[in-house]
Amino acid sequence: MRRRTKFTLEPKVVLIFFLVLCLLLIITSFLFKGFYAPIRGAVGEVVSPMQKGINTVGTFFTSKTDNFKSMNELMKENKQLKKQLNSVNYENKILQQEKYELAELRKLFELDEKYASYDTVAARVIDKDAGNWYSVFKIDKGSKDGMKVGMNVMAGDSSGGGLVGIITQTGKNWSKVRSIIDDTSKVGAMILKTNETCIVSGNLTLQEKGLLEFSEMDNSEIEYKAGAEVVTSYLSDKFHQGILIGYIKEVVKDENANTRTGYITPAVDFTHLETVLIIKQLKEELDTEEDD
Amino acid sequence: MKRFFVTAAIIIICFLLQTTVCQYFAVVGKVPNLLLIVVASFAYMRGRKVGMYVGFSAGILEDFVYGDLIGMNALLLVVVGFIVGMCSEIYYRDELSVPIILIALSDFSYNFAFYVINFLLRGRFQVFYYIWHIILPEVVYTLLVSIFMYRLLYGLNLRIEKHEEFEEGL
Repeated sequence: MRRRTKFTLEPKVVLIFFLVLCLLLIITSFLFKGFYAPIRGAVGEVVSPMQKGINTVGTFFTSKTDNFKSMNELMKENKQLKKQLNSVNYENKILQQEKYELAELRKLFELDEKYASYDTVAARVIDKDAGNWYSVFKIDKGSKDGMKVGMNVMAGDSSGGGLVGIITQTGKNWSKVRSIIDDTSKVGAMILKTNETCIVSGNLTLQEKGLLEFSEMDNSEIEYKAGAEVVTSYLSDKFHQGILIGYIKEVVKDENANTRTGYITPAVDFTHLETVLIIKQLKEELDTEEDD
Repeated sequence: MKRFFVTAAIIIICFLLQTTVCQYFAVVGKVPNLLLIVVASFAYMRGRKVGMYVGFSAGILEDFVYGDLIGMNALLLVVVGFIVGMCSEIYYRDELSVPIILIALSDFSYNFAFYVINFLLRGRFQVFYYIWHIILPEVVYTLLVSIFMYRLLYGLNLRIEKHEEFEEGL
């Protein structure tokens, strides 16, 4: 019997062994980022399909409970939407005409499109970080589907396509996305109307209220009302320019009177994120292409 | 051998549940820490050595899939396994209350240590906010879940022990 071997270890020895091992792992993974990438990839490859499987069961049940939403509510909504549709249709026609006009005018002026239309891929969110501390999640597309570290992620569904986050790690069939509400996330941003730059960062203490904070905005004369659009800035080296982040909620002058900080309501509803769009172009690539 | 596989399966299942299904049952956005329950339960039932093995494997799994620093969770869970195991060696009773309290205490300390390492050191100083809004809800939720989980694991452990005795008797 193998269980009967006389070789036994003192618990304290085991403890010290594990502590040293963990510390070594921490130090090596801190010093050489990507050192453990192959192992991570392998683990992810095994775990991801299982998570995906369980998740389909989960979404099945939540969609079933959603079905119980009362008929009345839906009918009322339907009526309202129909009304809306009429007016939107009308607006749409006008907009289309204007778009055509714009294209013509652009041609005339030989202007590039300010917001290049990016090549995007849709992916499903398969799970969330195990703990309550980070806002990191995984999607079901990986290096096999052309995902690369540093690709920007936007919200897929009806929520208006605001910025969700950035890919920080890829495996063969999965990628890890750090959302902009994560406590460690920082995004170079600007106010759409005035091009004033600031830094938008996530903060765990604000997550419950569904807010982001921004800082280091110049204390200029321009006053901002709540609702001003904040987009990713041209200065950011990781995020493409002009992706909607959210809307200003409050601006506060800093004590040093040189800068301003404040809060932003994100454009994306992070609690109900199911599908996302990934911009297949990396910002750096784009820049070098422009240099050519 | 059988025990090894059963334990490994429990760890993997709990990890999967925690990252997927639990997200649907999140109360005020918090999920229970199933892996910690498993580690503390095994440490309480089977002593500190087993607690450390289970803690290390559960932690390293979490680290490889999610952590930025590999070994962080493993380190914390090994310590949890060791301390809970030691408590059970000092004072073991076939009662539900003791392990539940130990699980709650270790969840609190685990999260507090996590906060100190990952947040305090980055200059997020609102200790009480984090305790009140993030750690305590999780502890309460984990405690409630652990009442069922511990019973389940305890029953499973008894079964395996009986099975092993039976095999030895052959």
